[in-house]
Amino acid sequence: MSKDLITLEHISKSYDGQMILDDLSLSIYENSFVTLLGPSGCGKTTTLRIIGGFEKPDQGRVIFDGKDITDLSPNKRQLNTVFQKYALFTHMTIADNIAFGLKIKNKSDSYIKDKIKYALKLVNLEGFENRMPESLSGGQQQRIAIARAIVNEPKVLLLDEPLGALDLKMRQDMQYELKRLKEELGITFIYVTHDQEEALTMSDHIVVMNQGYIQQEGSPEKIYNEPENAFVADFIGDSNIIRATMVRDELVDILGAKFACVDTGFGENKPVDVVIRPEDVELVSPEEGTISGVVTDLTFKGVHYEMDVQAGGYEWLVHSTKMSEVGKEVGIKVDPYNIQIMNVPASEDEEAISETI
Amino acid sequence: MKLFKDNRNAHVMASPYMAWAFIFIVVPLCMVIYYGLTNADGAFTFDNITTILKPGYLKALKRSVILAIISTLVCFLLAYPLGMILASMKLRKNAYIITLFILPMWMNFLLRTLTWMTLLEGKGVINTILEFLHLPTLNIINTSGAIVLGMVYNFLPFMILPIYNALNRIDENVINAARDLGADSFQTFCRITLPLSMPGILSGITMVFIPALTTFAISTMLGGSKILLIGNIIEQEFTQLYDWHLGSGLSIVLMVFILLNMIIENLSDNGGNS
Amino acid sequence: MKKAIEKIYLTIILIFMYAPILTLIVLSFNSSKSRAKWGGFTLEWYINLLSDEAVASALFNTLTIAILATIFSTIIGTITCVAMIGLPGKLRSVIMGITNIPMINADIVTGISLMLLFRFLHIGAGFTTILLAHITFNIPFVMLSVMPRVKNINFYVYEAALDLGASRTYAFFKTILPDIVPGIISGALMAFTMSLDDFIITYFTKGSGFETLSTLIYNEVKRGIQPEIYALSALIFIVVLTLLLIVYRAPQSKTKEN
Repeated sequence: MSKDLITLEHISKSYDGQMILDDLSLSIYENSFVTLLGPSGCGKTTTLRIIGGFEKPDQGRVIFDGKDITDLSPNKRQLNTVFQKYALFTHMTIADNIAFGLKIKNKSDSYIKDKIKYALKLVNLEGFENRMPESLSGGQQQRIAIARAIVNEPKVLLLDEPLGALDLKMRQDMQYELKRLKEELGITFIYVTHDQEEALTMSDHIVVMNQGYIQQEGSPEKIYNEPENAFVADFIGDSNIIRATMVRDELVDILGAKFACVDTGFGENKPVDVVIRPEDVELVSPEEGTISGVVTDLTFKGVHYEMDVQAGGYEWLVHSTKMSEVGKEVGIKVDPYNIQIMNVPASEDEEAISETI
Repeated sequence: MKLFKDNRNAHVMASPYMAWAFIFIVVPLCMVIYYGLTNADGAFTFDNITTILKPGYLKALKRSVILAIISTLVCFLLAYPLGMILASMKLRKNAYIITLFILPMWMNFLLRTLTWMTLLEGKGVINTILEFLHLPTLNIINTSGAIVLGMVYNFLPFMILPIYNALNRIDENVINAARDLGADSFQTFCRITLPLSMPGILSGITMVFIPALTTFAISTMLGGSKILLIGNIIEQEFTQLYDWHLGSGLSIVLMVFILLNMIIENLSDNGGNS
Repeated sequence: MKKAIEKIYLTIILIFMYAPILTLIVLSFNSSKSRAKWGGFTLEWYINLLSDEAVASALFNTLTIAILATIFSTIIGTITCVAMIGLPGKLRSVIMGITNIPMINADIVTGISLMLLFRFLHIGAGFTTILLAHITFNIPFVMLSVMPRVKNINFYVYEAALDLGASRTYAFFKTILPDIVPGIISGALMAFTMSLDDFIITYFTKGSGFETLSTLIYNEVKRGIQPEIYALSALIFIVVLTLLLIVYRAPQSKTKEN
């Protein structure tokens, strides 16, 4: 079992009377790559800023390595941050940027020189010592921001949407780079993003947030395959979210057709939400299908076809490598393991807090 | 980009101003230099310029430089903390508050100076109040102190505005990054905030120093007729003594100081960058 | 604690800036000619001011010059800024360099240099010379605020208009001009206030017998301050304050609509 490095205990924070975080508790293990994922305004950046010390929570405590650091100023915390839009010191050379933290700590010149070299090598920007930040591309500036943070040997690196300003190709390259860095450094990364693909690619552990609450946390596979509520299902990838009725254990009535599933314990004839990923919908002949319908739209997406199928009064989103023409009658089949059953929230508020209860 | 079908059209459009700028900016400056380097007979001479080294003139120049430096320094010391406070306040409300600090700038410059005449006079408002309170009266009207006060009062908004703008442009996360990397508030100020606001400081210094160095109205109004600045001397050469050659020669000296100020500014700006 | 000190500091600076102006306004209602004594409330100075022909003509001159100088400098400055797009880089930087001279140079030097020019060209000092001088020092302020707008023009919109069949002139007035109008307006406002406020350059180019408000005040002050001047100051302050409030209100209501 990994050890808790950072624990947030009952954190609340509001601005101008608007609640940003409400009684949030979270544990972060040593040596993990944790991603706080959610739409803008969900409180993920505020959470990161509270850990970094740039915001004080209204209530609650931040525990770091067993010590309460809630009131400690940022310069005394053993963690470093990579900021949105890099926040490099534009009036200093790259070397001076990287050396900033070390000079503050009065390290020797030779130590600083070695460290700069090491850090630039780590981020693949050797020989950039004397350049000015503004002469670098966005991706390069981001690497410098990372180098500047890691030379201080923090136990935790906080990354606030670090790839947000980069183009798609650069973003994908940087994702692998960050994963590699994390392995090489062997420290904890806490990463904030609104990009679910980024989160799934890099993380060991994902914390999905919305409206100041944690909706679900777990491994990328678990979050993707077993979303606990409609928000998570909808936010992570495409999905078919359908109101259904749980007939009994391991049998669910979806749009009038009975589907076998593997979930138990929801009671009998209870309303539920089911989540079916589009790639888990199998198109077969109408006779073979559990429910049948008509293909209404077809788009070629490169690796697969995307199809809309009108069946049982619902438009099913289907991803498949096999094409079915528009207008074709098809049957829909879903493997029991691929049907994810969720409780129906009584209201939107309950949906938001269903995880925290 | 092709806005013009033919770039000759652009030349045609720009030509009225090019002619204007030549006639009303370049030619007049050349005339100052011509007058400054000739005597009444039209012969070439350096005498007009070297006159600045004569005791009376040199004294006025020295006094002008010293008073301008003091005023600039006082403006900077007052404006920098103010700029920091204003920049740290949350935006929205700011537009109004900033306007409050630069509003006096829009009032007539002479009226602003006149105000201090009224306040500082021997039997002016301040002394009347001091007398009423049985406190010793102030006698600073017609002293260098009054001139500095007048300069600071007149030119302070010129220092506040660029400093505030420079400080306001600094990304909050850059300050956070310095704190994050272990710098305390003082180190953050010295290594990040101050150097990053340097362009604003430098333009504030220019905007205060040059008018302070060259003024003649403030010294006439608050310094009485006894304290002459280089601006007063040049003004007198043109409006009372009608010695345009000497006046132009002294103006050249003034322009040298302005150039020096710009060179120093450029050097320190580059120094901050490399 | 820190907040309190900050508030006190702001207040002290504000008092330093406004107490003198308030004093002037109070004195403008003082019936005693002495600045030291309060002789009771009066509007005498305001009445005198309104019947003072010298003040009236100076005010008229000031406004006429400011308005004309603003119109001319705004037109010339804007046309030049647009033309800059089609000029080669070197010529552009020469023009900008020359334009910067009046802004950097001391007003006294600009003033005497223009005075020398007008004497040389035998243009009689007075309305014309002041107007020419004001246009000259106003153009840089207009260009300074229009130029950044011109640099940020989105030419794709212009090309889109051409693509949709607009003529170059039509496309310019429909796509590019609206983009730079805010810069033109703020440049014109700047030019207008610079013109109103100018003393030094006017002083050297005006000749005798022609006065603007600034030169009138300067002459009066040299002779000894009359209470009418206080009334004038108070009026100017109120006018400036009102104008600024209007100007600051206008863009705010605009952004709200957006």
